[in-house]
Amino acid sequence: MSPRRLLTAFVVVLALVPVIPGVPVFWITLLGNIGLAALVAMGLVLLTGVGGMTSFGQAAFCGFGAYASAVLTVSWGWNPWATLPVSLAVSGAAAVVLGLLTVRLSGHFLPLGTIAWGLALYYLFGNLEILGRHDGISGIPPLSIGGYALTDPRTVHWPIWGAVIVAGIATTRLLDSRVGRAIRALRRGQLAAEAFGIDASTTKLIVFVYAALLAGLSGWLYAHVQRTVTQTPFGVSAGIEYLFMAVVGGSGQVWGAVVGAGLVTLLKEALQRLVPVLFGTGAQLEGVVFGVVLVALLQVARDGLWPRLAALLPARLRPPPEPAEDLTRRSIDTTRKTPLLVLDGARKQFGGLTAVNNVSFQVGRGEIVALIGPNGAGKSTTFNLITGVTRLTAGRVSFDGIEIGGTSPQAIARRGVARTFQHVKLNPDMTVLENVALGAHLRGRSGVIAAILRLDRRDEARLLAEAAKQIERVGLAEHMMKPAGSLALGQQRVVEIARALAMDPELLLLDEPAAGLRHFEKGALADLLRRLRAEGVSVLLVEHDMGFVMGLTDHIVVLDFGTKIAEGPPEVIKTHPAVLEAYLGGAA
Amino acid sequence: MSDVLLELDDVTVAYGKVQAVRGVSLAVRAGEIVTVIGANGAGKSTLLNATMGALPAAGAARFAGADLARLGVEDRVALGLCLVPERRELFSTMTVEDNLVLGGFRVPRAESRRILAEVYERFPRLRERRDQTAGTMSGGERQMLAMGRALMSRPKLLMLDEPSLGLAPRIVADIFRIIADLRATGVAILLVEQNARAALAAADHAHVMELGEVIASGPAADLARDERIVQSYLGIH
Amino acid sequence: MDGTILLFLLQDGITNGAIYALLGIALVLVFAVTRVIFIPQGEFVAFGALTYALLESGRLPGTVWLLVGFGVAAFVFDLVALRRSGFTPARLTSAAIVDLVIPGLLAAATWSIAGMGLGNVVHFALTVALITPLGPLLYKIAYRPIADASVLTLLIASVGVHLALVGLGLVFFGAEGLRAPAVSDLMLTVGPLIVTAQSIAVYVVTAIAILALWLFFERTLWGKALRATAVNGLGARLVGIRTAFSGTLAFALAASVGALSGILVAPMTTIYYDTGFLIGLKGFVAAIIGGLASHPLTAPAALAVGTVESLAAFFASDMKEIVVFSLILPVLVWRSLTATHVEEED
Repeated sequence: MSPRRLLTAFVVVLALVPVIPGVPVFWITLLGNIGLAALVAMGLVLLTGVGGMTSFGQAAFCGFGAYASAVLTVSWGWNPWATLPVSLAVSGAAAVVLGLLTVRLSGHFLPLGTIAWGLALYYLFGNLEILGRHDGISGIPPLSIGGYALTDPRTVHWPIWGAVIVAGIATTRLLDSRVGRAIRALRRGQLAAEAFGIDASTTKLIVFVYAALLAGLSGWLYAHVQRTVTQTPFGVSAGIEYLFMAVVGGSGQVWGAVVGAGLVTLLKEALQRLVPVLFGTGAQLEGVVFGVVLVALLQVARDGLWPRLAALLPARLRPPPEPAEDLTRRSIDTTRKTPLLVLDGARKQFGGLTAVNNVSFQVGRGEIVALIGPNGAGKSTTFNLITGVTRLTAGRVSFDGIEIGGTSPQAIARRGVARTFQHVKLNPDMTVLENVALGAHLRGRSGVIAAILRLDRRDEARLLAEAAKQIERVGLAEHMMKPAGSLALGQQRVVEIARALAMDPELLLLDEPAAGLRHFEKGALADLLRRLRAEGVSVLLVEHDMGFVMGLTDHIVVLDFGTKIAEGPPEVIKTHPAVLEAYLGGAA
Repeated sequence: MSDVLLELDDVTVAYGKVQAVRGVSLAVRAGEIVTVIGANGAGKSTLLNATMGALPAAGAARFAGADLARLGVEDRVALGLCLVPERRELFSTMTVEDNLVLGGFRVPRAESRRILAEVYERFPRLRERRDQTAGTMSGGERQMLAMGRALMSRPKLLMLDEPSLGLAPRIVADIFRIIADLRATGVAILLVEQNARAALAAADHAHVMELGEVIASGPAADLARDERIVQSYLGIH
Repeated sequence: MDGTILLFLLQDGITNGAIYALLGIALVLVFAVTRVIFIPQGEFVAFGALTYALLESGRLPGTVWLLVGFGVAAFVFDLVALRRSGFTPARLTSAAIVDLVIPGLLAAATWSIAGMGLGNVVHFALTVALITPLGPLLYKIAYRPIADASVLTLLIASVGVHLALVGLGLVFFGAEGLRAPAVSDLMLTVGPLIVTAQSIAVYVVTAIAILALWLFFERTLWGKALRATAVNGLGARLVGIRTAFSGTLAFALAASVGALSGILVAPMTTIYYDTGFLIGLKGFVAAIIGGLASHPLTAPAALAVGTVESLAAFFASDMKEIVVFSLILPVLVWRSLTATHVEEED
């Protein structure tokens, strides 16, 4: 059965559940709770599983959604449906404020930050007069359609699961788009994403707000299903449960959220019934069993359950993309004679260590320049200075006559500077095609809403076709639809070159492109670079293979201990005494 | 052969689906220097890390008569196997002396003190800098400290991963002199190097790796004259 | 507000802050060595406080059963681990001693001593002795099998451990809150300030504990081995320091510091089975200000946290927790901005 049919069957069964005679109301209530939880967990899948940001505070956004509607309906007499946009707006606004702060936290500071604001908000909810302090707000009206109140779990089942299905489809679509690729690129190698013009903070904020909107929606539904809200379900312990659901389902899997929500909700229900029977001590052991199961699960199945379930489904191999209309190319003026890239006294100090010491050189238009020197000579740091990853301590870097030192990697990427990395930075779980399409990110336009409504298909087809074209160009067409992580390291380096080409660069920076390649592959790479040069593209490369460098380049710059010790055409460098002494080795 | 110290038989190491080392077999006898040369990414470091137990590997590995299969890194250290990794992995915020003392973590206290004196004898530079933090030393000094720390564990076999990497040519010569001196004390050495010329000059036996496989093996002096090897690895002059 | 109240608040804050400092240092240690963000640290505080309070009131603390239960579970985990690495009589014996014999002996000792009214020094020592082994046993059961997992996985596991321990606390100590008698009713008057003997005990014990930890890390081989593991885990393994050894040692220290903090706090406030979480979290705030890395920064940060909390409690008691936890956010942002993250080096 294809995933689409499976989804259809799932929807049909869910739609019919309430009208099947003999299904106990209790089950339907439970199913409703699962649906409410699945909405929040789905946001977490995107935020944590895909985006790599672990939030323990997600329940707080349910709180914003629920309290907003409770206050408006109870104190102001609003219609429940009218409060939906307000609930979403409040959750979304809270997410923007907290998100601006949270996405700037690095590493494990981020989850700890979410615990902190999660706790603070929990206590805030319970202390505000307008939210009824610890007693909360009760007497919230139910949802109603045409005067018919949806008070029966059987009827409210439809809006809940309708929301889950819509959210699931929207989330799946979002991930399978230009923005989705950017989101997926965040977790493994933010540096690479930024090198292709993706603004990591903005992308993270988008994910953060999207997840909060799903939680807010769940909170709004919750308020009108429970008809009463208190602070309890919006604390950090609830946040932990949602996270647990996302992890159990297999964080990273949209529909895994439903599996996780189902399993955890049922487990809790079972514990509430079983523990008193088995141990005869009331509900005390619930937390113990819950905690033990969580730890045991992490020890046994670290990746969650959905990947195991998905392995049972037939794998869907996507066909390579159809050819599409070409993307517009950057016009490179090959007649201009001014140098393209100029480093003037570039300097970088890390504490007391001078990694790059007043280095000056130029890369002319349509020229291949090599940067050579022993490891630790400052070659990669020089790359990072040019691409804006590392800030200059002193000196200037200009591109096409414009100062770029001090600007961001994204801004430099937009000018047409593309790069590869010494240590490969591909997302190993994304296909080669998707990784390369990331390179063309700046050449597309579609955003989140277009992706969800599928208005982005034409734009998307052009991006993928461009990516496919570049993959063919570097000779990896047969590997296009494989996960990038399954390729040999040398091939992965070549994928990085294709990704850089997909950007349609004017300057290409290659960090050890020939490392790990066999002899004939090096030959093919050299041919490719010569063709690019003929098209007017300039190349700056770091490489240890002297045969490759000497045969290909127009100009060589030699660094040692962060200082330029020589530069000139290959013939001069080969016999330069300082170079022989420091790098190539004494007369042999 | 009775004097074989380390014996690798058909060792394969995979990162996920990619095999970084494929079916490598080699042996190191007591007191000899064996070198593995090859390009960046050929799988040399992976081979050393797997031999040390830091990476899971398939195939058989025996050291000093013991099967290494079920032993972790720490147990292999206790057997007398020691790795000086490419990145040195020093305790950068601790003093030189603390680094050395920790090198002898598995050695009885009195013995450790005796070896420390020996190490200081061999590397007078380290004695001068005993109270300096490891992170503030130059590249060459760090390599010496890493080797000194390794010697503190009384190794039978010292595995050196790219000891000359990123060092100035003058220091490289010092390091290779030290390697030769060490062999004189009876320690066997398995040396991984990109600097093929120096490695072949120092070693008794050599293996050439390419794309995870050993493509040539033999006495180091023979390989240094082999036309193919000269072209691929020694040829830029 | 007059000066006396301010002084009183400051004193109160510093007393609490001293305890947060101890906890913060333990959290930094555990994180640096094992990469575990040890949320359940607070439970050791609560268990320590409750154990001490029960011993002081002449009752047998539930800690005894907890310890024996943990020992049995750890033994099972050791058997599984041994099946993988190979059974030897020596390994089996050492596992049995650590997991079964030591907890058993401690339990038996407590059982025979409890109720004899041997005084607070004996109860103090016994409490530390009962809680300390819980750390290594917990490490063996919950964290060792996933020692190589990501910080995030370990963090989620910590959350699970926290939930389980709070539940166990309820089972073994009951829902009733306890407060231990103060070490002495003595009070000193220093100018406008009244200093209780309990406060002085807190200062003295904290100072001694911090000094002892410092000596341990600077002067002993084991202490250096722990520091080495924290600085460079791979380097530590390469010189033969076992990951499990350093993990066990770090958790033993964390548990004993938790017990110590619990004993100090028990006479100052009523402790319930779940009180530990909030106390532990405030130690966390301090640890994070120290970047989860720096001991010297953690201690003054903890004093600041205690002071802020005490001032907030006075001015807006409802908002106390909100103020303390909100204050951590700017600190986190500052920490994130100053932390250097260079993904790639030459």
